[in-house]
Amino acid sequence: MKTLYPPLRVTILIACLGLLPLFLPPFYTGLFSLMFIFAIFAMSLDILQGYTGLPSLGHAAFMGTAAYMVAVLNVKVFKTCHFGVEFVTGILSAGAVAAILGLIVLRSRGTYLLMILMASSMMLWGIAFKWRSLAGGDDGLPGIARPDFSWLGLNLENTTHYYYFVLFFFIISAILMGLVVRSSFGHTLLGIRESETRMQSLGYNIWLQKYIAFIVSAMFAGFSGVLLVYYNRFVSPSELHLVTSAEGLIMVILGGAGTLWGPAIGAGIIILIKNFVSGYTEHWMIILGALYILTVMFAPQGVYRLAKQLVRK
Amino acid sequence: MSFFLTQAINGIVFGMLLFLLAAGLSLMLGVMRIVNLAHGSYYLLGGYIGYSIAKHTNSFFLACLGGLLSIGILGMVIYKTMLEKHFAREALSQVLITFGMLLIISDVCRWIWGGSPLAIPKPEILQGTIYLGEIVFPVYRLAVIVVGVFILLFLWWFQERTKYGAIVRAGVDDDEMTQGIGINISLVKTLIFSLGSLLAGFAGVIGGPFVGLSIGLDIEILLLAVVVVIIGGMGSLRGALVGALFIGLVDSFGKSLLPELSIFTIFAAMVIVLAIKPSGLFGMK
Repeated sequence: MKTLYPPLRVTILIACLGLLPLFLPPFYTGLFSLMFIFAIFAMSLDILQGYTGLPSLGHAAFMGTAAYMVAVLNVKVFKTCHFGVEFVTGILSAGAVAAILGLIVLRSRGTYLLMILMASSMMLWGIAFKWRSLAGGDDGLPGIARPDFSWLGLNLENTTHYYYFVLFFFIISAILMGLVVRSSFGHTLLGIRESETRMQSLGYNIWLQKYIAFIVSAMFAGFSGVLLVYYNRFVSPSELHLVTSAEGLIMVILGGAGTLWGPAIGAGIIILIKNFVSGYTEHWMIILGALYILTVMFAPQGVYRLAKQLVRK
Repeated sequence: MSFFLTQAINGIVFGMLLFLLAAGLSLMLGVMRIVNLAHGSYYLLGGYIGYSIAKHTNSFFLACLGGLLSIGILGMVIYKTMLEKHFAREALSQVLITFGMLLIISDVCRWIWGGSPLAIPKPEILQGTIYLGEIVFPVYRLAVIVVGVFILLFLWWFQERTKYGAIVRAGVDDDEMTQGIGINISLVKTLIFSLGSLLAGFAGVIGGPFVGLSIGLDIEILLLAVVVVIIGGMGSLRGALVGALFIGLVDSFGKSLLPELSIFTIFAAMVIVLAIKPSGLFGMK
C-alpha cells in the first residue's frame, strides 16, 4: 500500500465503493448507505472530539434537529420534497442550534461540558417527544418524500440509486472536512486540544475558535441528519436521543479519534454489528453494551491505528 | 392556594428522591471525576430488585435493604473490575464503560421484569392520607421527605463532622496530596462509589410506590440527576440538595402548569444557572 501514490489509493477506493452495488443484494446496498450517513456523523463529531478535544455526549442534537427540520418542511409545509430548500434549511438549523447552545455552554469545560451537552440534547429529545402537533410526538413523522433527481436520470426510490446519492455526498463532505482539519484553522484546533494556555498566550481567542469548531461540526452532523431522514423516509425522537449521541462517540473511539478515516470505519463497524446482532437476538443491547466496554479495554486508540501499527510491524 | 401547596410538597418529595441520586453522582464526580451514566440504571435496577423482594416477602423494609445492598455491591464490583483499571483513566473511557453498563442493565431489566410498568406496593403502616390544614396528602410521600432529611443529615454529619468526611473532602480538593499524606485513596474511592450506588438503589425502592418502575425511566432519572449536579456544581453536597429541591419544584409545577413544555422548563432553569455561573451554583473553579 505504501508504494501507491495517495490520490491513486483514494481513486481506487472510490471506484471500489462505486462498484459495490453491482455485487451486493439491495439489502446490503441499503446498509452501506446507512454506514456512509453515520460515517459523516462520526467524522463531524471527531472534529470536536479528536481535533478540538471537546468530547460531546449530545451530538445527536444536531443530526436530529436537521432531520426534524427537513421532515417538518417535507411533510407539513411543502407536502413534497423541495430538496434545495430542505437541504439548506436542515443544515442551517443544526448550525443555528449550535450557535445558540455554544454561547451558553462553551464557557464550561471537560466532564462538566460533556454532561451539559448531554442534558441539552436530551431536552431537545423531550420537546420532540412531547410536541405531537408539529413533530408527531413519540410516533415521529412518517411519509417523507425523497428528492426528485429524475433530470439526472436518478430514481432515488431505488436503493442502488440512493446509494450513489449518499456516496456522492459522503465524498463531498469527507473532502470538505479534510480541508477543514488540514487548514490553518484545523491546526489551531489541534493546538487547543494539546494546550489551551499555550494557544492563549500565542494570542488566539480560544473561546471563538471552539465556538466556530462547534458550529462547523454541528453543520456536518446536520448534513448526515438530512441524508438520514430521506433514507428512512421517517423521523423519530430517537434521532435526538442520548443513545444516538453515545453511538457517535463509540464510532469515533472504535475507529480512532483524531483521524478522519477512523471514525468512518468505526461507523461502518458499529452499523454492521448492530444490524447483524439485532437480527440474531432480541438482546442485542447487551452485546452492544459489552462492545462499548470491550472497545475501551482493548482498542482505546481505535482499530485504524491498531491496524496501522500491525502493518508497520 | 391548596393547588400551590400540593404541588410544592410534591416537588419537595421528588426533590428528596433526586437528592439521593444527585448526592452520589456528585460525589463520584467530585472525588473520582467519573460521570456515572449508569446512575439511573442503578436506580431502576434497585427498584426492580426491591419490587421482587416485596412481592415475595411482603416486607417493604426487606425490599429497601435488598435494593440498597445489591446495588451497593454491584457498584463496588463495577468500580473494582472496570472503572479503577488503567484503561479507564480518561473521562471518556469511563463515559463509554458506564454507558455500556446502562445498555446492559436496561436490557437485563427488560428481560427479567418485562416491558410493562410496575409499582412497588406501599408499606401497610404508611398507607392512607393525612390532612394538612385544607389539603389532603398521602402519608407515604411525607415519609419519603422524613427519610430524605435523615439521610441528608447523616451525609452532612459524615462529611463535615467526621474524620472520614474530612478525607473525602480532601480527596475532592486534591487526591494526589491526600494519597501523599498516607491515606489509602483507592479504598476511599471504592467506598464512595459503593455509597453513591447504594443511595441510588435505595432511591429506586422508595421511589417505586409513587414514581413507578418502567423501561426508559433509567435515562429519564439519569438526566434529571445530571441536571441537578450541573445546577448545584460537582462534588458539593449543598449543591446537590439545592439543585434537587429546585428541579423537584420546577418539575412539579412545570408538569401541572405547562405539561407540553415540562422538560423545557427544566432546561431553561439549567441555562439560566449556567449563564450566571458556568461551574454551577456551588461548584469550585
